[in-house]
Amino acid sequence: MGQILVFVESSKGALKRSSIELLQAAAQSGETVAALAVGSAADALVKEIGANGGQEIHLIKDASLDSYNPELFAAALTPVIEKVGPHTLLASASSLGRDLFPRIAARLKTGLASDCTELSLQGGQVSARRPMYSGKCFASAEFENSPVKIVLMRANQLPVKAADPSKTGTVTEHALTKPDLKTLIKEVVKGTSEKLDLTEANIIVAGGRGLKEAGNFKLLQDLADALGATVGASRAVVDAGWVSHSMQVGQTGKTVAPTLYIAVGVSGAIQHLAGMSGSKVIVAINNDANAPIFQKATYGIVGDLFDVVPKLTEEFRKVLHH
Amino acid sequence: MKIFVCIKQVPDTETKIKIAADKSGIDTAGVKWVMNPYDEYAVEEAVKLKEANAGAQVHVITAGPKTRAADVLRTALAMGADEGILINSPENLDAYATARALAETIRAEGGAQLVLTGKLAIDDNASSVSQMVAEFLGTPHATVVSKLTYTPESITVERDVEGGSKEISQLQLPALVAANKGLNMPRYASLPGIMKAKKKVLKEVEFASLNIPASDVKVKHTNFALPADKPPVKMLSGDSSQQAAELVKLLRDEAKVL
Repeated sequence: MGQILVFVESSKGALKRSSIELLQAAAQSGETVAALAVGSAADALVKEIGANGGQEIHLIKDASLDSYNPELFAAALTPVIEKVGPHTLLASASSLGRDLFPRIAARLKTGLASDCTELSLQGGQVSARRPMYSGKCFASAEFENSPVKIVLMRANQLPVKAADPSKTGTVTEHALTKPDLKTLIKEVVKGTSEKLDLTEANIIVAGGRGLKEAGNFKLLQDLADALGATVGASRAVVDAGWVSHSMQVGQTGKTVAPTLYIAVGVSGAIQHLAGMSGSKVIVAINNDANAPIFQKATYGIVGDLFDVVPKLTEEFRKVLHH
Repeated sequence: MKIFVCIKQVPDTETKIKIAADKSGIDTAGVKWVMNPYDEYAVEEAVKLKEANAGAQVHVITAGPKTRAADVLRTALAMGADEGILINSPENLDAYATARALAETIRAEGGAQLVLTGKLAIDDNASSVSQMVAEFLGTPHATVVSKLTYTPESITVERDVEGGSKEISQLQLPALVAANKGLNMPRYASLPGIMKAKKKVLKEVEFASLNIPASDVKVKHTNFALPADKPPVKMLSGDSSQQAAELVKLLRDEAKVL
């Protein structure tokens, strides 16, 4: 049996849920689980990595890794991956993961399966399935000629159970040899949203044309606040300039797969469905009973959203915050 | 300045997907092929750079079966690209081998000052080929770019990252940039553009002639299947108060997602 290496990401000093999913999935396999964390605050993650199944914890504690630079990260991670020598490397299909790991795969002359939604790790074998053609079908990614099988998983696809604080891992620190960089990160302009990104959110409330005007997104914001959800939008309202493109779900926006997706006044154009049909439970609220969104929905309400949504917000508040 | 734009043919979004009998892929009969939407932003940006910089040349390049791949090159030529290169390659080549083929061909053509691509292709949603091409060419890369400013030595780009944040970075040229929506508004090919495109050079390169070893294919997609049928939607009746209460109850007790 060999080793599985998990690259972990954190936010505000704690592991992201997607990283916990990967650590626990690796731990389930019964193989040795190695983990890699980077940045000046990587130390603070050691306990949590151990409690979630990480046995050999590798850290590159260089402050230059506190913000993302593709060239620097590829130069930092590649030698550590080679030294650890896992047969499989798991990382999240986050904006960092999707940008970085194809470059590392090319450097390591190995294969990568991106954007996977199913993962099985058994007897030293990895198998992953992923949506193809915007989720209209699924396929298995089979590796060959790949010394390290790199799998990038979408968030919220794997179960998470409580961590076991009695489990700990051993720590190895690695130095960073900085290459000459051709990429200079000049500035990071933080988004205004404090909420989880759409691609990581467990609950999404999305609005479309049915909201009639930009100001009515306040209704969705209230509903989202009651649920701890992130607000998304259809392409039509992004193109109309009501909300920013970072909120767009669908083909030219973000692909999401939350546990609960509530579509409010969204008709369900095929481009929108392409971005959210992987959601576990879909609720559609629309005044048009023939809207295509109902064909994808688990639960449907035909009605006036301006009447239904405030009542729903009230109901969620009662149930979740009493 | 030599700009290469890597583009891909993908099934039109409206296409109904059917699975091939041996489950090795989709049944391509009757599929309408179009240029990957994100690649349109890449072509547009290249043509804009050409219009603003005298002497700039735009080469569009694609890898795919010859029978259909030529069409997207013609579309890009009609938008204003100067020359097309078609790498006649097997169906379903993986990201690694595709990137090798693109990089080899760009190198054989004398290299690029700037390579532009779409941030991902909507067929496999992998967003891998661009970064791999950059690695094989030994250039820096930036993906998910919604703003690009060019000078002869370097480019400054704005990347869209999580939570609505933006990263602004400067890349020394040569470099690769993968375009996001928002970078520009792709033009439609005009009729004179389409007529002119017919006279432009469209070179063909055989994948086999690139001497890319079989071991450069790293991932095969197998066992294609349609998603499991969803149970029909449960419509909630009653007035809005009853519907709201019923929905919350179902989400908590039946779907167990609260």
